[in-house]
Amino acid sequence: MSVLEIKDLHVSVETDQGTKQILHGVNLTINEGEIHAIMGPNGSGKSTLAYTIAGHPKYTVDSGSILLDGEEVTTMTVDQRARAGLFLAMQYPVEIPGVTVTNFLRTAKTAIDGVAPPIRTWIKEVRDSMKQLRMDKSFAERNVNEGFSGGEKKRNEILQLELLRPRFAVLDETDSGLDVDALKIVSEGVNRAKENTGLGLLLITHYTRILRYITPDFVHVFVDGRIAEQGGPELADRLEDEGYDRFLTESNVG
Amino acid sequence: MSVAPTPTHVPPTQESAVTPTVPTTEAMPTEDQHGIKEHSDGRFGFVPVQTRSDRFKSVNVTDFAPVTGREAVWKFSPVAKFTDLTAGVLDGSTYQVESAPTADITVGWVDRDDSRIGSAGAPEERAAANAWTSFDQALAITVSGEEAKEITVTRADLGSAPRGAHTIIEAKPFSRAVVILENIGDARLTENVEIVLGESANLTVVTLQEWNDGAVHLANHFASVGRDARLKHIVVSLGGSIVRVNPSVRLAGPGSDTELLGLYFADAGQHLEQQVYVNHDAPNSRSRVTYKGALQGKGARTVWIGDVLIGRKAAGTDSYEQNRNLVLTEGTRADSIPNLEIETGDIKGAGHASATGRFDDEQLFYLQSRGITEEEARRLVVRGFLSEIVQHIGSKPLEDRLQAAIEAELRGTEEK
Repeated sequence: MSVLEIKDLHVSVETDQGTKQILHGVNLTINEGEIHAIMGPNGSGKSTLAYTIAGHPKYTVDSGSILLDGEEVTTMTVDQRARAGLFLAMQYPVEIPGVTVTNFLRTAKTAIDGVAPPIRTWIKEVRDSMKQLRMDKSFAERNVNEGFSGGEKKRNEILQLELLRPRFAVLDETDSGLDVDALKIVSEGVNRAKENTGLGLLLITHYTRILRYITPDFVHVFVDGRIAEQGGPELADRLEDEGYDRFLTESNVG
Repeated sequence: MSVAPTPTHVPPTQESAVTPTVPTTEAMPTEDQHGIKEHSDGRFGFVPVQTRSDRFKSVNVTDFAPVTGREAVWKFSPVAKFTDLTAGVLDGSTYQVESAPTADITVGWVDRDDSRIGSAGAPEERAAANAWTSFDQALAITVSGEEAKEITVTRADLGSAPRGAHTIIEAKPFSRAVVILENIGDARLTENVEIVLGESANLTVVTLQEWNDGAVHLANHFASVGRDARLKHIVVSLGGSIVRVNPSVRLAGPGSDTELLGLYFADAGQHLEQQVYVNHDAPNSRSRVTYKGALQGKGARTVWIGDVLIGRKAAGTDSYEQNRNLVLTEGTRADSIPNLEIETGDIKGAGHASATGRFDDEQLFYLQSRGITEEEARRLVVRGFLSEIVQHIGSKPLEDRLQAAIEAELRGTEEK
C-alpha cells in the first residue's frame, strides 16, 4: 500500500522583503485511499504546502522531508514527482498557447506511463471522462485553458486527474469560484477517480462547502504554517459553525 | 479610413510632387492668399507619404539617398551591418543553382531585357535597387501545364562576398505548381524576386532560409496576381545572421486570391524581419496573411510589418492579416506592426490582429507537473504554435522537413 509522508517540513519563499518562512514543521501521513482535508484561513500556508509537494521552484524546503513510499520527493524535479505518482490540481490553472487539450493529454499520459496510450481505447477514455464532466467535445481541440471560464479550468484539472491516474493528488482550492452545479460535477469526478484508482487525496480548502460532496476521512486545521488541530469529518462541521477565530486568537497569543 | 501608415521619408527627387500646384489663371486666387501658401513653420515641402502605394520606386540605386537607418523601411534593421549591400559594389554574376528536371517547369538564365523583368514591381529601398542595378542575368523559373507539380531550386554556394541577384517566377495562365526556393550555405545577398501569375494560375512559392550562421540576406518579392489566379506565398526563416524577406503582392486581376504565410524562429543574436504588403487593386480579391514567429535566446530579434491597402478599385475585398509571436526566453525583442488602409467602403471584410505572448515559468511548471520534461514542454509549445503554418504548406515532404528543422532549432538553442 502506498503512503505519502510529510515530516517536519519547513518551507520558505523569497519575497521582495527578503526570505519569509511559511511552513513551520508540518507533519502529515496520507495512506492510499484516504481523503484528508486541510482547512485554514487565508495566508495560513495551505497553498504553499500544495506547491511544495508538487515542487514549484518558488518554494525552498529548508528542512524536513516528503516521502512517497519511503522515497524522498523533495530532491526530485517537478516532472519526476508527477511520474512518481503525484498530482496537483491547481487553484489557477495556466493557459498554454498553441497546445490543444488533446495533444496535451496524450503527451502527459505518455510521459507518466512511459509509453503512448493505445490510440483507440485512449480516445474513448478521454471522450467518456469529458462527457461525465459535462465538457463539450470542442474542448478537445481548444488550447489548454485558453479562454476557459473558471469552472471549465477546474473541470479540465479533474479530467487530468481521472486520466493520468496518480497515486496521490493534492486539490488546491478546487472548489473556489465554482457555482453549486459545477461543484457537484467536479466532486463527482473526484469521487469517481478515487473509486477507480483508490488514490489518496489531500483536499485543500477554505470553506466546508466541497466537503458536502466529498467526505473526508480526516480534517486538519492549518494555522500559521502548521497543523493546529486534527479530527474527523465532525471537525469540519464545527469549523462551519465557529469559523477560524478560535485558532487565530490562539496563534496571536502564542 | 486610414490606419497609421508609418511616415516615410520622401526622397529629394519627389518633393516637387507634394508642393501645392501654383494657380495659373487670373480667376484663381494668388499664391500669396491666405490658406494657399504653405505654412512657413514646420518642415518645408515635406509631407510624409500617406498611402502605401505612393512610395517612391526606382530600379536605379543612385535614385535613393544613402541609407541612414531612420527611413521607415529601415528603421528596425541593423543597417550598419550591411552597408556593403546598400552602398557597395555588388557581384551580379550568375551562380550555381540546383534543381531536378521537372516536366512543364523550366529553370534558366535570361537577359536583362526579358519582358517579364519589371512587370511585377520595383524597389522601394536602396538595397533592392542596388541588386536591380547590379544583376547580369536573371534566373527565370517558368511554369506551364495544368497538372500539379513541385520543384525545389537550391542555392548552396553563393559565397560570402556581397552579391546582387534577380529571379523571375512565372506561372502561365491555368498552370499549377509548388516552387520551393531553398537557401543554404553562406551568403551576403540582396535580391529581387518577381512572381507573375497569369489568369487562373495556381502557384505556391516557398522561400526557405536555412543559411549558415553568419549569412546576411535581404530579399524583396514582388508578385502580381492575375484574374482568378491564386498565389500561396510562404516565407520560412530559420538560419542566418540577418534575414529580411519583404513580400509585396498586388492583387491585380478581379477575383485574385493570395495567402501569405510566414514562419520564423530567431535564436540568440539573430535578426529576422519581414515587411509584408498586400495591395488589393481589383474587385473581389481576397487575401489572408498569417505570420508566426518564435524567439529564443539573448538578442533574438524579429520584426513584422504588415501593410494592407484596399484601393479604390477593390470593391468586394475580403482581407485579414495577423502576426503572432511566442517569446521563449528573456532578452528577446519582437516588433509587430499591422497597418490597414482602406480607400473604398464597399468591401466584404478587413481585419488585422497582432499578439506577442511568452512561454513563462508558470507554463513550464504546469506542463512539468503533468510529468512532461522541460525539454519536451518547450518542444510541445513551440511545435503547437508553429504547426498552424507548417500544416498549411501543402507539401507533405516539406512539412515533415520543416518540423524536423524546428526541432533542430530547439535543440540547437538548448545546447548554446
